[in-house]
Amino acid sequence: MIDFEANALIATYSAMAVYTFAFILFTVDLAGRSASDGQSAPTRWLRSAMAVTWLGWALHLSATVMRGIAAHRVPWANMFEFGLTATLALVGVFLGISLFRDVRFVGSFITGFAILALGIVATNFYVAVTPLPPALQDYWLVIHVFVAVLGTGFFATGAALSAAQLFQSSREAGKLSTRNWRFLSAFPHSDVLEALAYRLTVIGFVFWTFTVIAGAIWAEHAWGRYWGWDTKEVWSFIIWVLFAGYIHARATRGWRGNPAAVLSLIGFSAVIFNFTIVNVFFKGLHVYSGL
Amino acid sequence: MASPPRSKGYQPNDLHESRQDFDDANAPVKNRLEQPVIGPTLGPFEFLRWTWRLLTSMRTAIILLVLVAVAAIPGSIVPQRLADPNGVAVIRDANPDLYAFYESVQLFDVFTSVWFSAIYLLLFISLIGCILPRTRHHWNVLRAAPADAPKQWTRLPIRQVTPFGGSASDALDRAAATLRAARYRVVRDGDSLKAEFGYLRETGNLVFHIALVGILVTLGFAGGFSWHGQRLLVEGQAFTNQLSSFDTFNPGRWFDETNLDPYAVSLTTFTPKYVRDPVKDVWMPIDFTADIVVTEGGATRTEILKVNDPVHIGDSKMYLLGNGFAPVITVRNPAGDVVFSQPVPFLSQDSNLTSVGVVKIPDGLSEQVGMQGFFYPSAVELDSGALASNNPEPTKPTVTFNIYTGNLGLDDGTNGNVFQLPIDKLTQIAGRHTGDEVVLEPGEAFVLPSGLGSVEFTSVSRFIGVEIRHDATQFGVGLSVAFLVAGLLASLGTRRRRVWVRVTPKGLEWGAQARGDDPGLEAAVGRILTKFSLSETPDKVTRT
Ligand code: HEM
Repeated sequence: MIDFEANALIATYSAMAVYTFAFILFTVDLAGRSASDGQSAPTRWLRSAMAVTWLGWALHLSATVMRGIAAHRVPWANMFEFGLTATLALVGVFLGISLFRDVRFVGSFITGFAILALGIVATNFYVAVTPLPPALQDYWLVIHVFVAVLGTGFFATGAALSAAQLFQSSREAGKLSTRNWRFLSAFPHSDVLEALAYRLTVIGFVFWTFTVIAGAIWAEHAWGRYWGWDTKEVWSFIIWVLFAGYIHARATRGWRGNPAAVLSLIGFSAVIFNFTIVNVFFKGLHVYSGL
Repeated sequence: MASPPRSKGYQPNDLHESRQDFDDANAPVKNRLEQPVIGPTLGPFEFLRWTWRLLTSMRTAIILLVLVAVAAIPGSIVPQRLADPNGVAVIRDANPDLYAFYESVQLFDVFTSVWFSAIYLLLFISLIGCILPRTRHHWNVLRAAPADAPKQWTRLPIRQVTPFGGSASDALDRAAATLRAARYRVVRDGDSLKAEFGYLRETGNLVFHIALVGILVTLGFAGGFSWHGQRLLVEGQAFTNQLSSFDTFNPGRWFDETNLDPYAVSLTTFTPKYVRDPVKDVWMPIDFTADIVVTEGGATRTEILKVNDPVHIGDSKMYLLGNGFAPVITVRNPAGDVVFSQPVPFLSQDSNLTSVGVVKIPDGLSEQVGMQGFFYPSAVELDSGALASNNPEPTKPTVTFNIYTGNLGLDDGTNGNVFQLPIDKLTQIAGRHTGDEVVLEPGEAFVLPSGLGSVEFTSVSRFIGVEIRHDATQFGVGLSVAFLVAGLLASLGTRRRRVWVRVTPKGLEWGAQARGDDPGLEAAVGRILTKFSLSETPDKVTRT
């Protein structure tokens, strides 16, 4: 019999290795283009970087699926599994978008983020497969976490673009030294970055809205109330409200541009905070089965 | 009909230009959005007006949204009385000064605190002040013809000319038909067309914001009719739905005892299932099932109550929240008469269900007796000589007691906490550190010192903790949320676009404009133009 659990871990580390390779390629491409003042077209480095990212993602996907098979359930019931699935969604969203729009210039950010996140969950939060305690056995959990993971993927890509937008607009305003930041000339204009960031973040917002709703329905099934200001509920609310603020900022005179981008980054920091610090250090009903 | 005049205040006055451009295509390009400045000669009426505009501006909405988010943070750090009453108690016992400080600024009740309420009420006033004029405006837009073309077509991002054969009027008709087929609202205006698409965007946006108000209003009003209460129920016991049956009860503001439907519930058996986690080497629960009997309106039915799977009874729902063991304790006086015999729920302390409980015997013996008990479902002796449980199932159920005499403090009418004994005011007569250990297995009895009587561990039952809830807000909130989602999807999924067509010597001139960034505008207009060109020679097209 195949040991899915062990293979899942091997595949996870392989995916990390392949992502690292992709990260290097993405960075070499940026460096190459900044040397040529961003004038040159995307290099073959970039094309290979994308191909390698696809390969890494395939390994990552197989790791996640094997983990699910080993556990006989969806692979997102503890921090390790959640990190595995969330980064899968993150890279998947990036790859998916790149089929429609050229967002390859944030490739180093995305792969770098994925390596970091996978590394942290695989080394610090790895736990063997365990059965689910009764409160976590509900199909709303499946939906809830699934949309949360997707939303996080969109928020992350949106945040990467918002960050790029901030740097780019500083560069356009002549505030960044042209020498060190030359690679930004390989990036689109800040307005283009902003429009794209907004699109993705809004999709993330819709998924997050569903996350909160599915979570409330699940909470109603499990604990008898759909909303009780449990720690996790508080943070889901904070995230939702911050991104609502971002959406408004984009429609408001004097707030569009950099202030809106900063709000989006604050929102994304709240997402990260929610999945890391809050899960690990805060007390609440959402304590996972031993992390 | 021309587009409605730009009435002041129908939209927040600091909406971004990209949107204002669209709302009023003929407005001068520059300086059309002067903020009202607060002048030196501001009368009281102007001041009110200025305050109102400030409150209902987009900038204020953003700031209030961020403030709500920030104000919620302490609610995740400081334990909240509703979500985590134990956490509050821990702070009270460990750090009274901090407790007093938190209490004084309502940090244990962040979400009902004055300051949090103030922020969200301001936000909702702002919201309503924003919705009302926008709804009126949108209502007018919906009934009006599409907006007029800008006087300078050069301002339009997309302009294109298509030659046509036949009469200009024919061509305009075909253009109108093509636009209608693309679900534009089209109005012919002499030898030009005005067409508009995407009213659903603003409709959805308004529905979304109104639904937010719907949620808040439901919580404010229906919340008063909600109630919930908790109760521990031992196997074999029955519970009737009346106020006195609950261990704790939280009524809403407008609760009335007659609201409680008359019904009874009894617990037949409770069956947990555990598996051994091979890695951490501990027992994990994988299933909890309670078989209950519900008597309602004269009819009796059996139901299964599980975690995540409440049972509907009357207009309320019963949830399984906790469980544990309730050893049956029998106390006899020296003559052998039973003065106490009932299952006593013990609260579990760890995953192997080591549990603690208290038995109070105020009457029947020559002195008041209080017993602090430990229950081990599967008792094993540790090297230190202390007992522990190594399995949550009752393979070797054992009870130990520390027994006290003295005033149990039940006479002041408060009845005290059933899980607590005022041991510092009592005298220990048996149990740990007295040289007279009380360790009982089922059927065993302990004879109390100085002829007080005896204590028997008769048998063991299980109990469940249930919560019964009537939530009057669920329907209203659910409905509002459904509208909220529909509005959000409609609004974000719809693009607002306008197309104008006029006859020029070179052919039909098309101009298009969208609100906000709309990378798809060009392609969408392209598709319309293709359809228009095809409509000229329909026969040829259908044959190829
Ligand atoms: C309870 C607080 C609020 C929340 C959670 C909220 C949320 C949202 C969301 C999610 C959107 C984008 C979705 C859509 O267009 O339907 C939006 C758009 C909008 N909101 Fe709010 N809103 C709130 C309060 C307000 C207030 C007080 C105003 C008026 C001052 C306002 C004015 C607008 C406008 C004009 C838009 C359209 C923006 C655009 O065209 O891109 N909102 N709001």
